[in-house]
Amino acid sequence: MPKKIVQIENVGQYFDTKNGRFVALREVNLDIVEGESISLIGHSGCGKSTLLNLIAGLTHPTSGLMLCDGREIAGPGPERAVVFQNHSLLPWLTCFENVYLAVERVFSSKEGKARLKERTRAALDLVGLTHAEAKFPHEISGGMKQRVGIARALSMQPRILLMDEPFGALDALTRANLQDELMKILAATKATMVMVTHDVDEAVLLSDRVVMLTNGPSATIGEILEVNIERPRDRLALAHDPHFSECRAAIMEFLYHKQLKRAA
Amino acid sequence: MTAAAITDRSLTGTDMGAAKMANARTETAAAATPTVEAAKPVAIETVASTQSAGRAGEWLRAIGRAVMPPVMGLALLIGLWHLATINGGGIPTPAKTWEAAVVLFSDPFYREGPNDQGIGWNVLASLQRVAIGFGIAAAVGIPLGFMLGRFAVLAQMLNPIISLLRPVSPLAWLPIGLLVFQRADPAATWTIFICSIWPMIMNTAQGVTRVPQDYLNVARVLNLSEWKIFTKILFPAVLPYMLTGIRLSIGTAWLVIVAAEMLTGGIGIGFWVWDEWNNLKVEHIIIAIFVIGIVGLILEQMLMLIARRFSYETR
Repeated sequence: MPKKIVQIENVGQYFDTKNGRFVALREVNLDIVEGESISLIGHSGCGKSTLLNLIAGLTHPTSGLMLCDGREIAGPGPERAVVFQNHSLLPWLTCFENVYLAVERVFSSKEGKARLKERTRAALDLVGLTHAEAKFPHEISGGMKQRVGIARALSMQPRILLMDEPFGALDALTRANLQDELMKILAATKATMVMVTHDVDEAVLLSDRVVMLTNGPSATIGEILEVNIERPRDRLALAHDPHFSECRAAIMEFLYHKQLKRAA
Repeated sequence: MTAAAITDRSLTGTDMGAAKMANARTETAAAATPTVEAAKPVAIETVASTQSAGRAGEWLRAIGRAVMPPVMGLALLIGLWHLATINGGGIPTPAKTWEAAVVLFSDPFYREGPNDQGIGWNVLASLQRVAIGFGIAAAVGIPLGFMLGRFAVLAQMLNPIISLLRPVSPLAWLPIGLLVFQRADPAATWTIFICSIWPMIMNTAQGVTRVPQDYLNVARVLNLSEWKIFTKILFPAVLPYMLTGIRLSIGTAWLVIVAAEMLTGGIGIGFWVWDEWNNLKVEHIIIAIFVIGIVGLILEQMLMLIARRFSYETR
């Protein structure tokens, strides 16, 4: 029986605004198993990112219980690394320094400088950016920036990789390329992944389970779809895979039929 | 094949590099691109050499376009000045002022007693006062600005006081300085300090509150210490705002020193202006106005250079 790494029990989140209480999430129940890849999908404004931020510990739930490794999530921690949608690299640091900042924080208490640098290089190597380590973020392309963001997250050797629409701002070709790389990296590191996406193909391709959220406000989990496609997955072969098409169809049915956004 | 081989690996430090094989293809592709690019500059250079004669002419024209309007503006100013003063009156003509300037600048560093020193000494004395007053203002104002930006309670506490004191005329502060320090020199420095501190506090504080939330989220996710947040995120993000504050401050300081020195006397460009007025050497006053303007301009340009050097956007 695989271990549950994250447990979300009856979690609700509301914000008090000028116009009264805004309920973002209600009664969310989800267990995330070690090593699995999960996608959170839903229409915009359905609270996908809110849920991810809760797991990251950036925000706290208004009700319910969030556990990571059996302990309550009190704030961000190095075992839960986040890749932001807009890469969020610090523009005044080189790619190397951006990654080093994370490495230093996690490992400097027990390792020497040389080892920390080695770790930084290894992480950049993992995303294929060794040649760009001395460059500043504004000198590299959007896809490369996002890869540095992924390298920064991976360099902390997290147990869970939390990704908030990591490829949303990229063109289709770059996105496909990075998705393939991400699958390889996840296979190599055996890390757990939770990804927010609004791309149906991406969700099916990368996930073991696709968690579909109902429309906000007061969104909750509508359906959970298991994607039983063997890994490693090949996007070309999958184009003709009947199960892949079924999964796609199920998600589309949920998004565009059951949860069709009115007046959006 | 690579992916299958990688699946067996676990995440230990050395094995992180193992997945690089997967990226080998991407890197080769990246490495191949420059070879294609390399061919282009050669072609451009050949074209350039044939056009070099035309280029030089163009270059001169470009310089002309950049220099001519300011020169014309200056000529217009001097022309009007000449027309206004040619029929006598208290103000000397440009030519007369120029003659006086030549004499004055032939020996800018003479000393004949404490009240008769060259214009060079006077400018340096003013600059020194500005440096000290402004330096102390920066040392106090910038950290205070950071604190105001970081802690909302402090901002709420001090903002009314700042709003109240900021518009006060520089010269209103001078008597307070004279009273406290009992001497003219520190009183002038105090006036510089109190007048040039506000832009630095305000701009730094504003910069801190405008640090993008994304960067602060990075800090939280990476769990950075307060010191790291300050050195790696806050300080670089605030630096452009801070430098704007410094630039405004030094402009103010230079404005204030002239006025303050007129009242405190001793030595300094402001005192010199007043002294020359008492001697009725009006051409010297006009020269002083130019000197004050030019020094102010140089100070401003120097800080612009520093700002550009430290701005991450243009690096």
